[in-house]
Amino acid sequence: MTIKQQLITNNSILKTQGIDKFFYQPTEFQVLKKISFDVKKGEFLSMVGKSGSGKSTLLYILSTMDTEYKGELFIDGQLMTGLTKDQLAEIRNQKIGFVFQFHYLLPEFSCLQNVMIPALKLGKLSEKEIEEKAYNKLEILGLKDQALKPASKLSGGQQQRVAIARSLINDPLIIMGDEPTGNLDSKNTNIVFDIFQELTKDFGQTIIAVTHDDDFARKSDRIIEMKDGEIIR
Amino acid sequence: MNINSVIAKTYIFSNKKLTAVAVLGVVLGMSIYIFMNSMMVGFDKSSNASLFKSTSHIRVYKDDEISKPLLSEEKGTPIIVNPKVVPVKNTIINPNLVIETILKQKDVTVVTPQVTSNVFYNNGKSQISGLAVGIKPDEANQMYNIKSFMVDGDFDALKSNPNGILIGSGISQKMNLSINDNINLTSSKGINRNFKIVGIFKTNNSNIDKTKSYINIASAQQLLKEGASYITDINVNIYDPEEAETVAKKIENITGYKAEGWKQANETLMAANRMRKMIITFVSLTILLVAGFGIYNILNMTVSQKINDIAILKAMGFKGKDVIRIFVTQAVSIGLMGVIGGIFLATILITILKKVYVGGDIGYFPIDYETKKFIQGTIIGLVITFFAGYIPAKKAANVDPVEIFRK
Repeated sequence: MTIKQQLITNNSILKTQGIDKFFYQPTEFQVLKKISFDVKKGEFLSMVGKSGSGKSTLLYILSTMDTEYKGELFIDGQLMTGLTKDQLAEIRNQKIGFVFQFHYLLPEFSCLQNVMIPALKLGKLSEKEIEEKAYNKLEILGLKDQALKPASKLSGGQQQRVAIARSLINDPLIIMGDEPTGNLDSKNTNIVFDIFQELTKDFGQTIIAVTHDDDFARKSDRIIEMKDGEIIR
Repeated sequence: MNINSVIAKTYIFSNKKLTAVAVLGVVLGMSIYIFMNSMMVGFDKSSNASLFKSTSHIRVYKDDEISKPLLSEEKGTPIIVNPKVVPVKNTIINPNLVIETILKQKDVTVVTPQVTSNVFYNNGKSQISGLAVGIKPDEANQMYNIKSFMVDGDFDALKSNPNGILIGSGISQKMNLSINDNINLTSSKGINRNFKIVGIFKTNNSNIDKTKSYINIASAQQLLKEGASYITDINVNIYDPEEAETVAKKIENITGYKAEGWKQANETLMAANRMRKMIITFVSLTILLVAGFGIYNILNMTVSQKINDIAILKAMGFKGKDVIRIFVTQAVSIGLMGVIGGIFLATILITILKKVYVGGDIGYFPIDYETKKFIQGTIIGLVITFFAGYIPAKKAANVDPVEIFRK
């Protein structure tokens, strides 16, 4: 192994080895076939493909929420496969941030509280420190003045930005997005994309996003294209 | 505050109407449970109290003996037997020794001998049949608290006057007798004796008031043509009436005489009590359970409504047990509010009912603040709400976030 290769391996933050996934309903069907790839630290990776190509299924396996697969998944050098659901929940809390197509904020809470929840769950900082940090994240996303409004009172684009702030609160290793711009107009899509790019460039944040939006994908660092459960590019 | 509790609190207050309905259900269930059970305890107490006005906890007496064949039956030798009650006196031999022995038992509070005689009360031409009970005044008062239901005269006068008699209010009315009047008693042994009325009592049990009278034990022995050692019954009171049966068995073993607990002696009354207890327990538990169903329903609804929240919380690293904690906290908070409200409402209901006069044997409605029932209700209420919350919470904990996000 050359020094360069070793460096790349050491720099790998997420790694899959021969992941197979089957659906059994309504009939047996192989969704993913021997998926193996690496994601390096600070990479902005987008996964594209037609619907049914298995990209979302793959993302949910990478996110550790789906545990029924064959093969191995490493995050930050640690084997995820075979860990209990509670152990995985702890890892998600600490190392992975999520941005979904629909914002999934808790509507009864204020934006600030929504952002604070994962950190309060982690419980490493005091409530005051967390609050400060949450304001900080909201400021990065240009939402500081909306902090105390109930989440349900914001526009779609704003809500998605709150969701991004929430995904950042625990300084995760990876942010995973499932169609993060799928529900937004082009203006907000650009805003979200700019934020993602800024996060990778300025903060060295690793991002893995599933998307239908070719423009969005084209602007990312690396594209993985999937077809019929296999990586074709 | 823990983040799970914060979320639970927000859910409770974000849907105030639903919470209020659930709390109200528990309030009603709890208050009715406590109220009905306190009422039951009150009924039992009042019926026991009226029973113990004339009955002791344990009665020791000589049981009838049945004759036995002299020979035991052997193979091939048939014996013709004709068992009958042996014609011996129903008296307790050496009663003082028996009384002393019983007094040594640790649970025993009062022991007093008693001689009962069937009599006719005569006044002029009018005659009533009844029962004269020969007592030792001090001990009998300790046992039955006779002073508490005296309506006229002086109980203590019975001690100083060997010819004194306490009669029931029914006898006094029928025969138009009052204090210091004389009354003539004829016993079953044909003895006639005049007594002077020193007091009138009223138990509110008309059957007793119309037939019973208390006289000194010596007078009763005379009416029966017997000496001072003639004792038919020894009455025993103990600390806890509920223990009567066990103590009775012990006394029976030590003395060799038949000892009968009050429950055994009043089997019909006990059966009625048991039936009442069963019905009230069943009804009150059902009401409390229905309140539990209310909580279950509302939490089930919350879980379905908040399924997206649950999915995102799980994605963000909340474990199954965190989700359970959120919803169980919600249920138990509703339960706790309901229990507190229920205790208040029950206290109010009892306070009102205590002041209701129902008359007759009972007087004021026999209900009181039964601490034991309050605690019991609280515990049962909280247990029910816990499970009413736990079942939907378990369902929420098993939500698969992937399934929700894929929709």
